[in-house]
Amino acid sequence: MKAKDIIKNGLIKENPTWVLVLGMCPTLATTTSAVNGMSMGLATTFVLLMSNIVISLLKSVIPDKVRIPAFIVVIATFVTIVQLVMQGFLPALYETLGLFIPLIVVNCIVLGRAEAFASKNNIWHSALDGLFMGLGFTWALTLVGMVREILGTGSVFGWKFIGEADGMLLFILPPGGFICLGLLMALVRYIQNKKTSKA
Amino acid sequence: MAKKAKSSLLNMFLSLTVIAVVAAGLLALVKVVTEEPIENAQKAKTEEAIKAVLPEFAKTDTLTVNGYMCHKAFNDAGELVGVAVESFSDKGFGGRLKVMYGFDMAGTIVGYSILETAETPGLGAKADTWFQNGGKGCVVGKNPGESKLTVKKDGGEVDAISGSTITSRAFCGALDEAYKAYKVVVEQ
Repeated sequence: MKAKDIIKNGLIKENPTWVLVLGMCPTLATTTSAVNGMSMGLATTFVLLMSNIVISLLKSVIPDKVRIPAFIVVIATFVTIVQLVMQGFLPALYETLGLFIPLIVVNCIVLGRAEAFASKNNIWHSALDGLFMGLGFTWALTLVGMVREILGTGSVFGWKFIGEADGMLLFILPPGGFICLGLLMALVRYIQNKKTSKA
Repeated sequence: MAKKAKSSLLNMFLSLTVIAVVAAGLLALVKVVTEEPIENAQKAKTEEAIKAVLPEFAKTDTLTVNGYMCHKAFNDAGELVGVAVESFSDKGFGGRLKVMYGFDMAGTIVGYSILETAETPGLGAKADTWFQNGGKGCVVGKNPGESKLTVKKDGGEVDAISGSTITSRAFCGALDEAYKAYKVVVEQ
């Protein structure tokens, strides 16, 4: 397998949000603004990268029958590290994301990549896969967050462009999350399909 | 590809134990390193909130009254200039609404700051500006001992947030509790 393919898979071809449709809970819950979505994506990226590296290192010493508990312990360790570090050094960010950080443990992407990729590939490829799967997740979350922020509050990355008026509240609330995610997913898939049918 | 460890009882036992022990050690280390910054961050947050709701002060002294944290503020001469009370109400629309209220020595509200909220964005979440000076339901500068600070629907003087009577009631309820705690602190 070539590094280029791994990068492409993570960002586009097997993008965790648009194509694999994994980890929808944090996707919907944290994308109320672009910054929130991006931070959640980056936190997940760190966990993915580290857990992929460690699991790839340990793959030959972990017996098959206990691999899931072993993976979960590794993942949970990194998530707790992220949580503690964020709480100590980025308290403002922790305020908005705090509730969702522990949920990264059960994010299907992390366990999914550990099981489907890291436990079968070497460290270099696993690290690459973790990093770019994470970045694929990050750009998807940032995009959803941005669209919701624009429609919901009339601002981008916290910069308000519609003056005093209120945005369409619905898009900040959970139903708007579903609507945005669904429409964006349709759009991304449409573009992808067009590209593949041309090729 | 490297040979995979067999799923024998011993292997399973050993690998899980080692992984768990290493993970625990690592976490203990991170915990020790981050303990101080976390504490500082929380302290800084509380201090900032106190500063926002009280007049100028030099130092504070914290005590608990009726289950609420109260911060007494003193000026340079050591005189009590005001009290900030961390109060809450569980009757918010999204659960607990935690607010810090600052009172001066006459019992007048100097300011407030929302500490914890799960209110609806755009509706109840407006509470952070609505009751401030210049907001439509301004409570700053009023004295709960002299005016009835409940929402108008309940016969009080406070304009509720449009569409968020429940949040407004929770806010006034927490204010009432804070004032009671304040009274106890002042009378001590």
